[in-house]
Formats: sequence, structure tokens, C-alpha cells
Amino acid sequence: MVEARWSPGGTSTCWEGVALSSVDGSSSTPLLSVRNLRTHFDVGGHAVKAVDGVSFDVHEGMTLGVVGESGSGKTVLSRSIMGINTASNASTTGSVRYNGTELIGKSKRELRDFWGEEMAMVFQDPMTSLNPVVRIGRQLTEHLRAHKKMSKAAATELAIQLLTWVRIPEPEQRLSNYPHQMSGGMRQRVCIAIALACSPNLLFADEPTTALDVTVQHQILNLLSQQQSERKMGMVLVTHDLGVVATRTDEIAVMYAGKIVEKASTSTLFSDMRHPYTQSLFWSIPKTSEPKHTRLSAIVGRPPNLAALPVGCSFADRCPYVQPICREVEPELTTDSTHSFACHLPVGSADADAALSSNIAQGLAQSEAAAIRRDAQTGASA
Amino acid sequence: MAGSGTSHLRQHEDVVLRVENLTVEFPAKGGKVVHAVSGISFDVLRGETLGLVGESGCGKSTTGRALLQLPAPTGGSVQLDGEELTSLNRSAMTSRRTDIQMIFQDPISSLNPRRTIGKIVAEPLDVWGPKAEDEQWKLVSEILDAVGIDPDSARYKRPHEYSGGQCQRISIARALVMEPKVIICDEPVSALDVSVQAQILNMLEDLKAKYGLTLVFIAHDLAVVKNISDRVAVMYLGKMCEISESDELYARPAHPYTRLLMDSHPEPNPNAEIDESVVLGGEIPSPINPPSGCRFRTRCPFADERCATEEPTMTMVSEGHYVACHHPLAEAS
Repeated sequence: MVEARWSPGGTSTCWEGVALSSVDGSSSTPLLSVRNLRTHFDVGGHAVKAVDGVSFDVHEGMTLGVVGESGSGKTVLSRSIMGINTASNASTTGSVRYNGTELIGKSKRELRDFWGEEMAMVFQDPMTSLNPVVRIGRQLTEHLRAHKKMSKAAATELAIQLLTWVRIPEPEQRLSNYPHQMSGGMRQRVCIAIALACSPNLLFADEPTTALDVTVQHQILNLLSQQQSERKMGMVLVTHDLGVVATRTDEIAVMYAGKIVEKASTSTLFSDMRHPYTQSLFWSIPKTSEPKHTRLSAIVGRPPNLAALPVGCSFADRCPYVQPICREVEPELTTDSTHSFACHLPVGSADADAALSSNIAQGLAQSEAAAIRRDAQTGASA
Repeated sequence: MAGSGTSHLRQHEDVVLRVENLTVEFPAKGGKVVHAVSGISFDVLRGETLGLVGESGCGKSTTGRALLQLPAPTGGSVQLDGEELTSLNRSAMTSRRTDIQMIFQDPISSLNPRRTIGKIVAEPLDVWGPKAEDEQWKLVSEILDAVGIDPDSARYKRPHEYSGGQCQRISIARALVMEPKVIICDEPVSALDVSVQAQILNMLEDLKAKYGLTLVFIAHDLAVVKNISDRVAVMYLGKMCEISESDELYARPAHPYTRLLMDSHPEPNPNAEIDESVVLGGEIPSPINPPSGCRFRTRCPFADERCATEEPTMTMVSEGHYVACHHPLAEAS
């Protein structure tokens, strides 16, 4: 029984605390170390808490997957770390250390030395992240010339090599193309080539394949993981698709309403989900391994309004296990050496089982899906 | 793939929609022709859900629209309950559209932002239903209730006051209010979050049971299509590759393209094997100048000379499972 692994008091580490380096169970200095990062947007006098106290580490050559629904703050998180939240009403606090250097508080001019050369980003939409009126060649060589002070000829030569790396056929001809002359998959490959141009040590990929077909998605993800292992890059893969992170990451952080609600190594997260949100998200995905017309366990309701978060746990209104305490006290992220989660009634504990049974008995709508799942499981094991 | 032929059509009295050799072509610059859909055939039984799956540009949306004669196909036949739709004149087709309705991909842009929800859902009734407002509202509120939208609060609200998932429910209500026989769903859940996607898919199953609907479900997500469909047809570059009952298709894909799609689909399972070798190619050829013979041959690992010269036709691999390929995968047989 999984219950034994969970000890409410013992291993819990204060969220705001500093002793979080044990989270990754690694003693080496992380490439990227994010502590208590908050990005709030001031909208009409209300603070929209898009990122609200997020901490994690990324080590060299490792991939962290960040998963969540739209509006969970995952994109704002990666933009905050990069320092590219340009909105004037945004305020970012906390600490982002890249190789020991604090990035929060640096000016745009200072950050420019980090962008491209140290950390780079691949954006979601390959249609809009390239300049439509500038040839591919110039978009590729622009920052090589600026950062590396390369000659035009040397930069062009490297650009051709980059396009070859990302498997674009006839790279010499492609340099004089405009973005509209390429397909979506090719444009995303060009974006990856641009991101890789100055050999960054850390790559943020924000939904890099969401706009693409499955076959192209498969190629792009393969390409990213190949380039990553060749270059020993650290990578943060942001996506809404649990299928994409399942086989491509070392560690996964699940975000909900601006916070990390569960974080563990990829294999642990899938084999031993503790947060009800992670479990509900997993259950709601249709899978090709299930027979047709399998009833999906939908999550009721919608993510909360980030400008007016409820008291207590922000998942309470949609949670199958909800109890009165969840609406009163916000759960802290409890951490043991391998697994963190923020929940009063973690999945698999006796308290959670009892809570679910009583919710089902009361006919709570948000517990219906979990009830069906539970009956199916006991039916299968019986 | 790239196959034609009609051997997979069923002789069944309950066929509600029968499509034969459907062809849709569009004129392109310089007198060229875009071969969007080139001779596909399928049928749908009453109460059945047919999934149409394929990459973008394979003609699945064009097929869906051609069923509604929007625009009318260049050639071929579309029969609804035995009545030929392609030969109907404009006004006769308008009256038949009550039987065949459509739900679109982007729920927000498919609703007029300046009209109230009450008016949006009642609009089909303005054309083909009761005209009196209280009669209309009775029908509209019933349907809104069935799709999980509170009718009284929705009546005077506008689309921007609703989320994407709710707007999709409203679109579904608008399609249902005519009591259609067939609904064409064109990627109805691909713009939605997974949690909302599950709500909409479950609701479509419920509505199907309640109203006895027949669905043509167009999507690119293999898992979504499998979940909702009784039968699945795989399309590539305007042609049909394979059609089968869905559990059978996913267990034993016979077409190399179906196999490629399935291998590319990311399953939420950390122990799933990934084929790391695929990094190159996979560009879908232009439908202006499609490859000769089998249209998939430029990407197919098994392609040979025969595939370049001779177009494969639909042949049976097992009961109800048809494939258009000269080299069907062995495990299917």
C-alpha cells in the first residue's frame, strides 16, 4: 500500500524555506535554480497571480517537463525565468539563479548577454515567432553576428550547418526563403536552429509541437532530444500534453493555478500519482490502449480565476476527494527526497479513500468520475 | 493508400449516409488544380459514429464540408437516407440541411459575438422552425439544458461571457435544435483543454444515445477518434487508406500510414517505446501535383515500382477491415 510512504509531518519542507536543494537528490550545482518565483500582473487593481511561489532546479543534460491546463501559468513561468515578460503591469519577485548568477533584477541590457548564448527559447507558434518579412538566413545569423562577432561569411556557413543539424533539406537554398515559403514543421525546425545557434546550455521549449501534426511532432521531439544529449543541454519542456512529457523528460512538475502542485521523477509521477489534480488530468485523457467508447473521467468545472483565488486549495472545487479542511487551509508542498505534492489528502492515503467514499455517499458531482474509476478498478481486480 | 474502390461499402438497410467516389477540386494559380479529395467512398449506419483521421491537408475537413454541399463536390455522390444531395438545387438543399448539421473547430469564432446565446441557438429555427418567439424559446431552452448550459442565464448573454468549452456546448446546441439525422463534427475538441475535452466527448456520447444521432467525427488525435468512433477511416492526401471497426484498426493496422500515425502518437505512458530514428522527412506532398499510383509512396518504407504505377484499391483484410495498399502489414492478416 502506498500509504506507508506518506508521512504528513516528518519530511515536509517549508515552501518558503531555503533547504530545497535535496529536492533533486543531487549535490552538484544546478544549471538553473528557481526559488519562490512569483509573477503577478496588476489588472485593474487586482493582482493576477499567474506564477505564485514556484521552486525547482534543472541540472545539466536533464529535462524538466512542466504540465498544466491553459491558464495554469506555465508559459508565464518560462517567460519570467527568461526575463521576457514585457507587460508593464507585470512584477516578478523571487530568485532565478543561472549557474550561480542571480537573474532577477538584471536589466534588459544585462540579460542580453544570457539570451541566446546561455539560455534560449523555442516558442509555441512557429507561424508568428519568425519575422515574415525577413529571410530565414538573416534571422539565423543575426545573433551570431551580434553575440559572437562573426563575419558574414562565417555566420552563413554556420547557419547552413545549423539547418543541416535540424534536418532541413537543401539548406543553402533555404537561407534565401521567407518563412511563408516553408511548412509549419520546417518553420519550427528553423526556430530550433535559431535557438541552438549560439550553443545555449539551457533551452526552454514552450509547447514546441502543439501546432503541429503528430508525425511532425514526433520528429521535432526526437530532434530536440538528440540535440540535447549531444550538447548536454538542460531543457524545460512546457506542454499541456501528458503524452509528450511521459517519454521525453526526467522530471515532471504539474502546475495548477500558478503553483506547482506535484513534482517527481517521470517514472514516479506516472506510477505513484499523489495529487488528485495529476490523477484527474491523467484520467481525463483518452488513450489508444483503451477500448472504444470508454467513458472518460472528465474534471468538472474550470480552473479558478487567478485574480480571485479561493481560500484554501485552489483545486478544491473540482477535486473528488475534497474535505472541509481543503477550503480552509492551503496545503503546503510536502517534499521527501524524490516526490513533492501539495495536498491534505494525497491519493493513495487512507484519509483520501475515506474522503472519496463519503463524497460519493453524499452524491458530490465532482466525485462521480473517480467513483466510476474506482468501481472499474475493484471490478477488474476482483 | 491513396486508394480508391468501393468494396468496403456495406449493403445494409440502415445506411443513413452513403458517399461514393467523392471528389473535390479547387482551381489554383496558372490553371492548375488542387486535388483536395480524390474519389473517396464510405457509408455510415444509423446511430453509428464514423471517425475521419489524418494529418492536416489530407482533405478530411473538405470531405466533411462536401457532405453538406459547402461547396458542392466536383464529382461523386452523397446520399442521405437514399436521397442524392449533389443533384439538388439550392433551395431543395437548404431544406435538407435540417437533417445534416455541422460543428466547427473554433468554438469562439463560430458564434456571432454580437448576438445573444438565445438568438444564436434559435437562428436555425428562424429558417426552418416555429417562428413564434415563445415556441422557439421552449425548444432552445430544452436543448441548452441538454448540453449543460443554464438556459435562463444564457438567454441574454453573449459568447464572450463563456469559456471555449461552454461555447462549444452552445455550438452543439445550435446544431441539435434542428433535430438533425447526421452531425458532422470538424475537430470539435482540438481547441480545448484535456479536462474540457473529456467533458465534451462524454456529452457527445450522451446526446448520441438520447437523440439517436449519427456522427461523422473529424479529428487528428488518434486517441480521441478511437474513443468516440465505432468505425475509423484513415485519410491521406485526398484518398482513403484504411477503414475498419476502431478496436480492430488500432490493434491491427494494415496500412503503413496508419502504422506511422500510431507510432507517432504520444501515449501518456513513460514506458512506451519511442522510435528515435524518425527525424527527417514526412512532408506531405502538394495536392496540386500528387504522386502517381499510391499517393503515400513518397513516404512509405515499403514502396516499390508497382506503387508508382498502379493505384491500390480497397481490399478486405478481415471482416469489416479494408485497406488500400499493395503491401499491407503482415500482422493484419
